[in-house]
Amino acid sequence: MSEHSLTVSSAEADLNNVAFTTRLEDFVNWGRKNSLWPLPFGTACCAIEYMATVGSHYDISRFGAEVVRFSPRQADCLLVLGTVVEKMGPILKQIYDQMLEPKWVIAVGVCASSGGFYRAYHVMQGIDNIIPVDVYVPGCPPTPEGIIYGMLKLQEKITKGGIVRARDRHKIAR
Amino acid sequence: MQETDIKLLANILPNLPENIQSEILSVEEFRGETTLSIRKESIRRVVEFLKNDPSFRFDVMMDLFAMDYMKHVTPQTERFAVVYYLVSLLQTRRLRLKVFLSEEDPSVDSIHDLYKAANWFEREAFDLYGIKFNGHPNLTRILCHSDFEGHPLRKDYPSDKYQRLKNAMPSEGL
Repeated sequence: MSEHSLTVSSAEADLNNVAFTTRLEDFVNWGRKNSLWPLPFGTACCAIEYMATVGSHYDISRFGAEVVRFSPRQADCLLVLGTVVEKMGPILKQIYDQMLEPKWVIAVGVCASSGGFYRAYHVMQGIDNIIPVDVYVPGCPPTPEGIIYGMLKLQEKITKGGIVRARDRHKIAR
Repeated sequence: MQETDIKLLANILPNLPENIQSEILSVEEFRGETTLSIRKESIRRVVEFLKNDPSFRFDVMMDLFAMDYMKHVTPQTERFAVVYYLVSLLQTRRLRLKVFLSEEDPSVDSIHDLYKAANWFEREAFDLYGIKFNGHPNLTRILCHSDFEGHPLRKDYPSDKYQRLKNAMPSEGL
């Protein structure tokens, strides 16, 4: 078969065997959602459940989020695991501010989400009073399955979100 | 002290000198735990004696805390009490001392120089109950944040009254 007899349609078919096309946004988000670097802000029993989630039995590395970092500069997913009192609020805010864009926040457990059963003088009634939250995981404490489900929900959210508007998305009033 | 209290005291703590016995208002024995109610003015002298006397040697202060007897099931003539938990390693026994304080003047002498541990415990009792400890070197809040008003563990503090921290540490310039 000569070179000239190759039709346009068959060339396209050959290309599809080695590459596929997508949008840049989708490609970047695919990379981001499968390599989340979490920063655990553990203050209560939810942090113990998170340890089980990272451990070999539940193994969060199956979802690409096992590289736990304790520096906000190296993380992009803040996990607030436990009770946050009003006095600790500024510290949590500072850690969030130190994280680089793009960044996401998961409130794990009812204490971080709404104050939980601590409706009293000391506990902040949900960390969304001071920082934006992407996913709330209910439970007291949530099971490791619950935390994994929260991670998957965050991955879903990242897939659907844009990449340029990430900074705007986090602008909330305080 | 009543006649029964004097007999009880002679059984539990024999050889207590007369000038210390005269400061004891009542003695209570419940399931092997002894509670002495002490005159407010002389608590420092009694604690000092119990700590330093070679036959008693209550050399550890386990705990120091305040109580609010408002709406209590066993009503007392005074509203507040400060409770001291002493341990003697020599006698291997515990002793509880109690000082009742009036609502108008909830103040008592500090024992921070007798037991170093008392320093922060007294600050805690001041923070949560508003008890004044005369002679304390730094009687400031230890648990509640700097903007907090009132004393949250007093029984007339509303159980769901939450106070925001307004003048938080700034997080700019990171």
